[in-house]
Amino acid sequence: MKIMVAVKRVVDYAVKIRVKPDKTGVVTQNVKMSMNPFCEIALEEALRIRESGLASEVVAVSIGPSQCVETLRTGLAMGANRGIHVESTASLYPLSVAKIFRKLVEIEKPDLLILGKQAIDDDCNQTGQMIAGLLNWPQGTFASKVVLDKEKQVATVDREVDDGIETVCLNLPAVITTDLRLNQPRYATLPNIMKAKSKPIKKFTPEELNVEIISDLEIVQVTEPPKRKAGVIVSSVDELIDKLKNEANVI
Amino acid sequence: GSTLVVAEHEGGVIKPPSLSALAAATCLPDPDSSVSVLLAGSGPSLQQAASHAASCHPSISKVLVADSDKFKNPLAEPWAKLVHLVQQSGGYSHIFAAANSFGKNVMPRAAALLDVSPITDVTGISDSNTFVRPIYAGNALCTVRYTGANPCILTIRSTSFPVHQKSVDSNEASISQVDLSTFDADLGKSTYISQTSQDEERPDLGNARIVVTGGRALKSAENFKLIEELAKKLGAAVGATRAAVDAGYVPNDLQVGQTGKIVAPELYMAFGVSGAIQHLAGMRDSKVIVAVNNDADAPIFQVADYGLVGDLFEVIPELLEKLPEKK
Repeated sequence: MKIMVAVKRVVDYAVKIRVKPDKTGVVTQNVKMSMNPFCEIALEEALRIRESGLASEVVAVSIGPSQCVETLRTGLAMGANRGIHVESTASLYPLSVAKIFRKLVEIEKPDLLILGKQAIDDDCNQTGQMIAGLLNWPQGTFASKVVLDKEKQVATVDREVDDGIETVCLNLPAVITTDLRLNQPRYATLPNIMKAKSKPIKKFTPEELNVEIISDLEIVQVTEPPKRKAGVIVSSVDELIDKLKNEANVI
Repeated sequence: GSTLVVAEHEGGVIKPPSLSALAAATCLPDPDSSVSVLLAGSGPSLQQAASHAASCHPSISKVLVADSDKFKNPLAEPWAKLVHLVQQSGGYSHIFAAANSFGKNVMPRAAALLDVSPITDVTGISDSNTFVRPIYAGNALCTVRYTGANPCILTIRSTSFPVHQKSVDSNEASISQVDLSTFDADLGKSTYISQTSQDEERPDLGNARIVVTGGRALKSAENFKLIEELAKKLGAAVGATRAAVDAGYVPNDLQVGQTGKIVAPELYMAFGVSGAIQHLAGMRDSKVIVAVNNDADAPIFQVADYGLVGDLFEVIPELLEKLPEKK
């Protein structure tokens, strides 16, 4: 069984976001970039499935500019067998990414596709669902637990939904997107970082995959959210209750 | 243009997040627009919900009902195909749904079937093709214009589109059945197994007027009961930080934050909450924020209207003693 995992290069989660003065986006130059945390969880889950003997190969895929190779190397150092980089400098929205994945699935024929539920830059939460739709595969989004049954060729997925946990059973091949509590991703060790340098990364362009990047979205502007005005520090519970009652009128 | 709202129902009524999606649909600045509501499921509660939908907003002209066991559970595979089918016959310019776990699961899949880019988590509508949505956990706001073919598919953040209760006695919308004779579900690929049941006694976190939240500083599930007691006294919903959920004090559906629930109550009270970026993303639009923390440098104080530096294990019992009983 082969598992394909998507890994996205994003602004590191610990970086304080700054909006560009010309409102065209956020500052990404000279900013630390990392693998999207939800993608790390996706890769970790794939590696655990392989380590349990249920899968033989984990292929990491990243789509975007040349620097995505760094993200793929991180994935290879975590333990992915090999990488695929689809190089493009265009603005890629989830629909285009999903179309690229559809082609890669035709080429690689994985049994399972695991993605993060969203990327922490655009917060779209769309790509996994869109790939599943294009492939007509079942989907298990926002997964907090995944149990594979190799004989029956099904995955049982616990999903974090608004009212608690929903459990679904998916026939393979399937798409799973990961939520925060699925696992704790490992760190790459130094020997594995060295080893990752010699693991293969296959290159494609969208043209080679016959995917036309069409954009039906246009970023008009990116702005800072309105600031909350500074509050006050009260000195006692009595003062707090008084303020809530008589100033804010909320209790 | 004409708009479709994909709605959820429960117990014979439209669920509150779907009512917000409906409120958002009526914000489109098109005087000739008509709004249709799509409901699916089976049994008598579906018909009751259809009647509710028909009379819950004056802008609704039509209620479409897809009556089939295939829609009994909120599985994305049949639901996305249903949206696709209804769009093909209705030719809508916009399709709205709530950006809750249902909408986020179903709508991108439906958008892929329709070969259009969906727009997630809309918090503002500038004109019929221009929308505002938060990015980077709400640390930036992105105005995005949709330039593609119909339909423009949107999921909306309920807290940004409050529902004004209106009763419409006259001018009820028509109710019609969706023709499912061509519905090729190709099902059996995914099966619904179960769903944990919700605590019915608590007010719903997403719609409560007051939310009381506890963080890691509560130290245990046992101590977290203090938060629940205070919430009960205030008639409030209980929330938790990611750290408190990860530590196992409370179940995941109480998490407030970027990847949990987004709330905007009139009063948000945070106890032992440090104020991580991903938590602030889930509550920064609350009207009044109270923070109690023994660390005076905690980032939560930067967004709090009223801060109290102190030990929550002393403050909460004092609040329980001195707060007035809820009316």
